[in-house]
Amino acid sequence: MMGWLDHLPAMPVLLPALTAIVLLLLGDHGGSEHSLRRLRLTGRIAIVSALIGLAIATRLTMQAADGPIMVYRMGEWPAPFGIVLVVDRLSAMMMLLTSLVAVPVLLYANGGWAGHGRYFHALFQFQLMGLNGAFASGDLFNLFVFFEVLLIASYVLMMHGLGRERLRVGVHYVVLNLAASALFLIGVALMYALTGTLNMADLALRVPQVQGPDAVVLQVAGLTLLVVFGFKAALAPLSVWLPATYAASSAPVAALFAIMTKVGVYAIWRVHGVIFGDAAGPSANLVEPLLLPLAVVTSVVGVLGMLAAQTLPRLVAWLTVASVGTILVAVGLFDASAWSAALYYTAHSTLTVAGLFLLVELVAAQRGDVGERIEPASPVAQPVMLGLMMLLVAASSIGLPPLPGFIGKLMLLQASMGHGQVVLVWSVVLLVGFASLLGLARAGSTLFWHVRTDLPSGASGASAPLVLATSTLLALSVAMSVFAAPLQRYTQAAATQLLDRKAYFDAVLGEQGGAAARPTRPYTGQTGAAR
Amino acid sequence: MMPSMEFLVATGIGWVAACGIWLLLRGRTFPVVLGLMVLGYAVNVFIFAMGRLWSNAPPIIGAGGQQIADPLPQALVLTAIVIGFATTGFAIELALRSRHESGTDHVDGKPDDDTGSRS
Repeated sequence: MMGWLDHLPAMPVLLPALTAIVLLLLGDHGGSEHSLRRLRLTGRIAIVSALIGLAIATRLTMQAADGPIMVYRMGEWPAPFGIVLVVDRLSAMMMLLTSLVAVPVLLYANGGWAGHGRYFHALFQFQLMGLNGAFASGDLFNLFVFFEVLLIASYVLMMHGLGRERLRVGVHYVVLNLAASALFLIGVALMYALTGTLNMADLALRVPQVQGPDAVVLQVAGLTLLVVFGFKAALAPLSVWLPATYAASSAPVAALFAIMTKVGVYAIWRVHGVIFGDAAGPSANLVEPLLLPLAVVTSVVGVLGMLAAQTLPRLVAWLTVASVGTILVAVGLFDASAWSAALYYTAHSTLTVAGLFLLVELVAAQRGDVGERIEPASPVAQPVMLGLMMLLVAASSIGLPPLPGFIGKLMLLQASMGHGQVVLVWSVVLLVGFASLLGLARAGSTLFWHVRTDLPSGASGASAPLVLATSTLLALSVAMSVFAAPLQRYTQAAATQLLDRKAYFDAVLGEQGGAAARPTRPYTGQTGAAR
Repeated sequence: MMPSMEFLVATGIGWVAACGIWLLLRGRTFPVVLGLMVLGYAVNVFIFAMGRLWSNAPPIIGAGGQQIADPLPQALVLTAIVIGFATTGFAIELALRSRHESGTDHVDGKPDDDTGSRS
């Protein structure tokens, strides 16, 4: 008999799924008085569900922090034959991060955006289900399925509020992602063909056994998957879709999407960091020569985009690209302390970018007709509060002490000491920080100082829930600085756990693993029995 | 000599995938959606073929030594087909909506210059 706590690893997936079904059954608002009550009701249900999700994710993280890897076997089928959900420190932390972004964003959406389209809350829950599922998934095909769940929800969320620009960008976003999904399937199928398994732990055991010409095909599969994950993570040269998409989305959706690029980073970690890691035999360190240069290019492209941005959401979207570049630089160093820095920086940049997307909408709403364009406008109604929030978040993303952006970059720079590319990493990270200082300072001074008093200023202040939601995200990102020491211990432990292959195999595969891993069925050119 | 089944299936998948990619790169939403569908078909057959091509082999383990067809890619294909069906449906609806909203079926939402006949 299992206690309910044993089912905890499945809860982050099940809870949003059930909530979404309930929200769908409750139906959508249509604009009448009765329907507005329904909108408020669905909004409350969504918030309560997200808060429960936050509690579950916190509990999972605490359990992961001092316990072994949690493995949830669906229907008690043993891995690698059954479907497993695997929650280790990395997964638990990403789930917690998802919940930490989701709650303030939902609060913000309830302040108005949720009513601007249909079924916002149900789709939001489906998106959370896909995100949590992707983070918990223990095999590659389920990773694909949860990718699709979160993507399908994101297609609709991205177009929330409709309008010509959203539809135009939406067509691009959907078509590109569907093409990427086709590539994902090709990569997964090739991996299966050569190893005979899709369970990630089992794959990590069998990939080293693939030798000769088969290993080349397997590497093709691995690189195909890098294209797919790089596309989701906005790794250059596949990052051009992101700014248009995120800038066209409504603010709460863009804020939630801040975590979506990190799903790509997470998948690169799992597949290319662990499966194609040091011990992968002929395919060892498959992406090491590629990832670091591409990540460097990503940060440079991102920061150049920031300098060229004409509107506030574009600026933040390019900042997202630049920060993904920084994270992937750290991932590309393939070393426990660099991975620890990458994890810390992931959490920081997700919270910061999500907060910024909300903040720039608050600012834009108070600037009359000029809105989100970076041009002089009438003064905003709450210059002190918004200005201070902007200053704080900008200083953090540039990397000024004592804010978490500084700590993350410091960890990264320290970790790169002794690595062959230390000069490149130092110069790029520092130059990118300086260039984003220029970009954000330019935007900030235009927004708050270069005001035109001749324009009519009829702007009213932002309502309390919107300010509360935005400042919650910013406060969380600052809190990362206050609790830097325990967080750093956690990220270090998570990175070490990722590299501890034996514990991973033992937890996931148990008796079946290790010794039972057999060579894959070789391809003989014989076609079946009836020749 | 007859071409082998592997050769036929592989070139078939390649040809269908090439058609899909060509359609995907067209400028109007209808061919693009068709391209996604065709590419999806190629990928589905590809997954299927990754379980190796067997004839006269059951997809279950029978008496010892008997050759079996791998049932797992078949299950994967089923999932991929279902997901592909849903996303294609969504893409069609999106293309229609975009045509309605922007007045053109061009993927960039603006009429192109070379034909110019669309008012």
